[in-house]
Amino acid sequence: MNMATKVERLEPPDYDDEAPLYEARRRIYPIAVHGTFRRIKWALLIVTLGIYYLLPFLRWDRGPNAPSQAVLVDLANGRFYFFFIEIWPQEIYYLTGLLILAALVLFLMNAVAGRLWCGYLCPQTVWTDLFQAIERMVEGDPRERREKLKTASRTQRAFEAAAKHTLWLMVAWWTGGAWVLYFADAPTLVWQLFTGTAPLVAYLWIAILTFTTYVLAGHMREQVCTYMCPWPRIQAALTDEYAYNVTYRHDRGEPRGSLKKSEALRAVGVPSGDCIDCRQCVAACPTGVDIRLGSQLACIQCGLCIDACDTVMGKVGRPTRLIAYDTEMNIERRQQGLAPVAKVFRARTLLYAGLILLIGAIMVAALAMRGSEGVSVIHDRNPLFVRLSDGALRNAYTLRIVNKQPLPRRFAIAVDGVPEGRLEIVGGLSQTENGHPVVEVGPDQTYELRALVSTAAKLPANASLPVVFSVTDVIGGETTTAPDHFKGP
Amino acid sequence: MAEHHTNVDAVTGVSTTGHEWDGIRELNNPLPRWWLWTFYACIVWAVLYWIAYPAWPLVSNYTSGVLGWTSRDAVQVQLADLRTQRGAFAQKLQDASLEQIEASPELLAFARAQGRAAFGDNCAPCHGTGAAGSIGYPNLNDDDWMWGGSLEQVQQTILHGIRSTDADAHLGDMPAFGRDAMLARPEIVAVADYARSLSALPVPAGVTPDLAKGRQVFAANCAACHGADGKGNVELGAPNLTDGIWLYGSSRDSVIATIANGRAGMMPAWGGRLDPTTIKALTVYVHALGGGR
Repeated sequence: MNMATKVERLEPPDYDDEAPLYEARRRIYPIAVHGTFRRIKWALLIVTLGIYYLLPFLRWDRGPNAPSQAVLVDLANGRFYFFFIEIWPQEIYYLTGLLILAALVLFLMNAVAGRLWCGYLCPQTVWTDLFQAIERMVEGDPRERREKLKTASRTQRAFEAAAKHTLWLMVAWWTGGAWVLYFADAPTLVWQLFTGTAPLVAYLWIAILTFTTYVLAGHMREQVCTYMCPWPRIQAALTDEYAYNVTYRHDRGEPRGSLKKSEALRAVGVPSGDCIDCRQCVAACPTGVDIRLGSQLACIQCGLCIDACDTVMGKVGRPTRLIAYDTEMNIERRQQGLAPVAKVFRARTLLYAGLILLIGAIMVAALAMRGSEGVSVIHDRNPLFVRLSDGALRNAYTLRIVNKQPLPRRFAIAVDGVPEGRLEIVGGLSQTENGHPVVEVGPDQTYELRALVSTAAKLPANASLPVVFSVTDVIGGETTTAPDHFKGP
Repeated sequence: MAEHHTNVDAVTGVSTTGHEWDGIRELNNPLPRWWLWTFYACIVWAVLYWIAYPAWPLVSNYTSGVLGWTSRDAVQVQLADLRTQRGAFAQKLQDASLEQIEASPELLAFARAQGRAAFGDNCAPCHGTGAAGSIGYPNLNDDDWMWGGSLEQVQQTILHGIRSTDADAHLGDMPAFGRDAMLARPEIVAVADYARSLSALPVPAGVTPDLAKGRQVFAANCAACHGADGKGNVELGAPNLTDGIWLYGSSRDSVIATIANGRAGMMPAWGGRLDPTTIKALTVYVHALGGGR
């Protein structure tokens, strides 16, 4: 863009530079609005909270040796169940993959349509929205509220405040209650919670999450977004002139003025903007910002100001979407008399989408190809080898065999790479399969055993032979291997 | 107070404290209330803590707190918890024979885990953390046992020790043939060379062993304990001389020193110090290191 257009452009009014850095909090009581974005937000609120509250009760049959809860974090046994997927602690890298995916999806959302996460999906936004709805339900709209401060009796106001906080605490308690259900069998735990027989830690976590929900959604609200959350700072660096954001179209709105004044100006042919300065966008904002100041840190882009403005525009007979999802570039183009462009496919969106596809594909492939058994091996460190009385050399290893299936399985153990090597398993094994010792591993369990490998063959000095332990399912035939070394003097 | 009203900062509208440095005035912004109340709550908490728990040092004592809590009692409670937790398995371990323990994967794993810990606490100072031993302290991973490597024999050794003060300790030592003038120096050298030849150890350069004389001396003096073929005797703790495993090293000098001065390594009896279940676990652990017979 050249300087000439920049000078002609109508800049949105700036923040007051002289204002003190410290500002006491103004409590925000947003008005209720009706419109497209409010409906989207209600729908998303119902869907997301519905998933959160009800998911623990969903059943998923995994056979007799595994829990039948679809989503379960089994801390005691170190397992995470998600429908048909079971994750062991050593597979925590799937979580890393998910976190990377989540970050990239967040970046992509941001590059396409701004803070979709903040405005519609973030738990802080969803619960604050719910708490504000409860507040309006009990105490009325802000206007009503202000009236009541003057007219209503102390008793009535105290009663309403009590009702509001009770309802808030109930929602908060339910929130904490749903959280703990992800960590134990949900129906059992619900019964235990109500009969007072649940573990102390369950009550403790419910108390903690009740407290945090009540404080964060009831009292802290927009302060979480403006002061505590790092995302507004990060997203400001990720957005660009082609990203759709909730935008006040100042090219259309300015110069603003009251309806009467602006109609008078228009009647005599003086240009006047569409904004009638009714401040409904500010009144509807859950974080209390004035969107007409432009894109700003505290704006979570929930779209409620769009609904508020559209309602007013409809009433005064001017075109809607004075506030809308729009790009910086389009505002500039309209000021230059050019047609707006929608440029969704840009280097950054393609890069983010590509990375999402790539990482998603890697994760799906890794998940699909992982085996249902595993073996790991550690060589004894001290001593590295022993000389036996017949002159043979022996190395000792600790093997851990993993059976990820919900059935007991038998595995034949073999070792390769030692000339004239002889494998011996310490204790407890009576079966063999083709001369290999066989061990039984319980359903969804691991089994640790001590393996001794000896050879009478003459080895070179300082020998360190690569060896491979292999574990084969006696019935299924699936084989896993683990490499190590055989050491000599 | 009246003075404060006149000292109001024009920009912020906040009253000042009246303090002024080079034209800079200090605003009287109170601490945030949540912070202040947290601070008060911490003070109250601290005072309650002093009353409830041991807190203040006195001249020869300390305030013990009304709850009567001590860290020593807390440890006892945790130990009791541990015993309860282990209870079922510990009982099984106590009831099962050593052979039964080794035959059951479940008990073996438990015994080896407990044995590893007990070994680290009690045996590792001499035998090493991995039981690899060193000069004078046998390697427990190999299959060479001076006092026998069966489960019962290992348990017997751990319970009563070797040349310890225990009445049932393994006794019998290697005489000092040289110091006590039972053998002359040339005889000692000859029998040392002969003993080394039983394991086919290499002869140092410049040495011509007199194996015939050595065999003679061996038959007369050593065979009583080590056996005519030199294969040793676990009843007497006489080591096998044919297997290439040498507790005090296989060098010619070391073997000569052994014959001349004798050896009498000592292992304490653990019977009175460790409970029977721990001894059992230790036995199984040592046996399962791989060298057990």
